[in-house]
Amino acid sequence: MSAYSGLSWSDLLFLLDGAGKTILLTALATLFGTVLGIALGWLRDSSRLVGWIVAPYVDVTRSVPLIIQFVLFNSFIAIAGYPLNPLWSGTIVLSSYMGVFTSEVVQAGLQAVRPELRRAGRSLGMGYWTEMRYVTAPLALRVVFPSWIGLVIGLTKDSALVGVIGYIELLRASQILINRTNEAILILLGAGLFYFIICYPISRYSQTLERKLKQ
Amino acid sequence: MIEIKNLQKSFGQHHVIKGIDLTIDKGEVLCLIGGSGSGKSTMLQCINGLHSIDDGKVLVDEIDVFDKATDLNKLREKIGIVFQQYNAFPHLSAIENVALSPRVVKGMKRKDTLDLAAKHLEHVGLGDKLNHYPSQLSGGQQQRLAIARALAMEPEYMLFDEVTSALDPELVGEVLDTMRMLKDEGMTMIIVTHEIPFAREASDRVAFFDQGKICEIGDARQVINDPRELRTRQFLERVLH
Repeated sequence: MSAYSGLSWSDLLFLLDGAGKTILLTALATLFGTVLGIALGWLRDSSRLVGWIVAPYVDVTRSVPLIIQFVLFNSFIAIAGYPLNPLWSGTIVLSSYMGVFTSEVVQAGLQAVRPELRRAGRSLGMGYWTEMRYVTAPLALRVVFPSWIGLVIGLTKDSALVGVIGYIELLRASQILINRTNEAILILLGAGLFYFIICYPISRYSQTLERKLKQ
Repeated sequence: MIEIKNLQKSFGQHHVIKGIDLTIDKGEVLCLIGGSGSGKSTMLQCINGLHSIDDGKVLVDEIDVFDKATDLNKLREKIGIVFQQYNAFPHLSAIENVALSPRVVKGMKRKDTLDLAAKHLEHVGLGDKLNHYPSQLSGGQQQRLAIARALAMEPEYMLFDEVTSALDPELVGEVLDTMRMLKDEGMTMIIVTHEIPFAREASDRVAFFDQGKICEIGDARQVINDPRELRTRQFLERVLH
């Protein structure tokens, strides 16, 4: 028997399924996290009181390792009697994590827009939201876009940690295969390649978009 | 008509405007001169409600600017303002800068706003820069763009807040010429400026601000050539050498 006998084509499908779950989880967390981050960033920028109220949440989320947040959140909701399937627990924790980091970026973006430009918009008769939509938001977007893409790529890789609560995404799938076949290097090379295939197009596409936005 | 009655304004402990009464008629050009910190820019920005006030009244066509019931956005449509800093929206081309407000504030059709914007940009001599972005324009061109952008809202009053102060000296003339052109067209204007010769020749009246009050106001030539107040005389001697 060759050393590769443990691996079969169905294992590739297993890995592919894991990659699909990584993409699903990342996409959900990106969506909810970004929406949360925009709202949180805007609130923190426009009201000092809100900034003060949410400071503990922001600090804890940023400072406690994500893997601990997954385990604790999953345990707490189980103890509280509302167990969730691993996809939704993972989505909630990752979205909250993404939301906090996105809010920092959003805040920086809003602050990068010169107050004189906002004042100029208002003096032309624009209301708060009209000015926000046509002047401040597009300008802030240009500033934050590269950092936001960095967050999405980071999130793709961080999603691997959801394995600890039993969500069989790409890395967890690889580990299962490694335990069975002992083919650590080959399988990790494959898994690494999948992560690259997911992240690289995001990064390339963002560079194209960035060039467009800069015009 | 713009009426300012006993206007008072402080920033914290700093009492910037200490009781100003002033009336500007339709079609008039009034220049405000005075040292920095004398309150002239602050008063100008009170006229369209960009600053709050502590006491007094500002009436624009009998609408109380600081009445809670006043729709400030609506009011600002008839008061154009141009600032000292270049404020062109950097993500929009010249024509888009000018077309934006008529479209999103007045709800005009995109095609019409572009025609309108082109007309106003040509009017201020930027007809060949329609698709340039602000970063591709000189300071003088950016200020003329800001004037065109304000004019596209078809305001009844124009306020100018030291619009030439940030410009290189060789670019000042083109902006002053644009304001002279507006005067010839009968626009009502209040101009805060340090360009004394311009104030003398282009305005109907000049007001000299000192320490938050109007120290002297009158016919432009009289105030500048033959001031009645000692403080006005001292200020003019300082700035004209």
